[in-house]
Amino acid sequence: MINKETTEKYIRGLFKHGQTIMVGGFGGIGNPPTLLKLLKQSSTSSLTMISNDAAFPDIGVGRLFSNNQVKQLITSHIGSNPLAGEKMLQGDLQVEFCPQGILMERIRAGGVGLPAFLSNIQYAEALNLEKEKIEIDDQVLYIEKALKADIALIYAKKSDRFGNLFYESTAINTAPVMAMAATITIVEAEEILELGELQPNEIMTPGIFVNHVLLSKGVDWKWAWE
Amino acid sequence: MGLGIEQIKKMAQRAELEMQRNSIVNLGIGLPSYVTDYIRPEKGIMLQAENGILGMGSTPKKGYEDPMICHAGGLPTTIQKGGSFFDSTQSFAMIRGGYIDVAILGGLEVSEQGDLANWIIPGKKVSGIGGAIELAQKAKKLIIMMTHQNKNGQSKIVKRCQLPLTAEKCVNMIITEKAVIHVSKRGLELKEIFLPYSLEEVLQSTEASLYLSPTILRR
Repeated sequence: MINKETTEKYIRGLFKHGQTIMVGGFGGIGNPPTLLKLLKQSSTSSLTMISNDAAFPDIGVGRLFSNNQVKQLITSHIGSNPLAGEKMLQGDLQVEFCPQGILMERIRAGGVGLPAFLSNIQYAEALNLEKEKIEIDDQVLYIEKALKADIALIYAKKSDRFGNLFYESTAINTAPVMAMAATITIVEAEEILELGELQPNEIMTPGIFVNHVLLSKGVDWKWAWE
Repeated sequence: MGLGIEQIKKMAQRAELEMQRNSIVNLGIGLPSYVTDYIRPEKGIMLQAENGILGMGSTPKKGYEDPMICHAGGLPTTIQKGGSFFDSTQSFAMIRGGYIDVAILGGLEVSEQGDLANWIIPGKKVSGIGGAIELAQKAKKLIIMMTHQNKNGQSKIVKRCQLPLTAEKCVNMIITEKAVIHVSKRGLELKEIFLPYSLEEVLQSTEASLYLSPTILRR
């Protein structure tokens, strides 16, 4: 079986200007610290980022906004990151807000090979959006388009060398969905195990969705509550 | 927000009465998050957090936080026996699928029709819409827990919402520091008043028309 464990140098080479990058995590929990550091060092720009939120200014994805790498952000919430808010108001960052569950389902659709799905959650007016709709059985339904990315950056507690993944506690959040929705899925794992060391029953994302695995250097930020 | 802890406690305890035994409840951030501390354990309530917890427990003691166990506000929490962790699509399967019995959210405005505005004040800080829209539209019962008036003293219970709506006709009940108001087809029914407020004070500080319940309970 293929060994997907890779090096920091190899990963740096995968980042290109203008890519669409999904980053797993919620409020920083589940953001991959080592991969985000590599992305920041790559000095790529004009990125479109898809993430649940903008974390905090010095935690996880939040750090990418200080050096203007991100041109567009597709997200549900940026309230915990005033820096992202400032960039948005200054016009340096385009933000597309999407309700959290719709955002996740759009990513899931991207991952499972569905170009779009229908929903009866009304938010077009609230967000001042033009949304395509159709009527089925007297119900107005909105067309929600799938989201895909060039690269997904995922954090896992454990991975084996095929990329079978185990996530810890609430750090699961967006990871299994985003892992399916990118051309290249890169995983940062706290532990990399031999085949067979992860029990088939405990695998939460099968390695088929994963392209590369990197050993984590651990969280290099202080949590908001510390 | 200007509320004292005793006022918050009264509101939270009142909100807790709306939870049936063994029900599934989602609490929003801000005022609703205080309700956690007033849920009687023997009721078997399970709290859902939209980042992926069912069976959320109490806040951990300082020094016992697990960075990988946080609630939707991004702060450390714990998990009860029988609780589970799951990904965001499963979390919203619970919400959009209609499995949440009670959602308690904060509010900026609630109208006579039960419309809710709670996510944006145009021209002010924009945080994003988060998970509130789907909770508001799909929870079986939606309770709004908020101050009666805004910082400028204007009523937050209004004839028509001026702020962009989160969802139309979704609110079942409003709990403020002054009163408990039910939303029905007839409009807004004033059912309870918190002491020391008087009926006159409640009516004066409410822009929307209220009709009075035959028996108004004073708490």
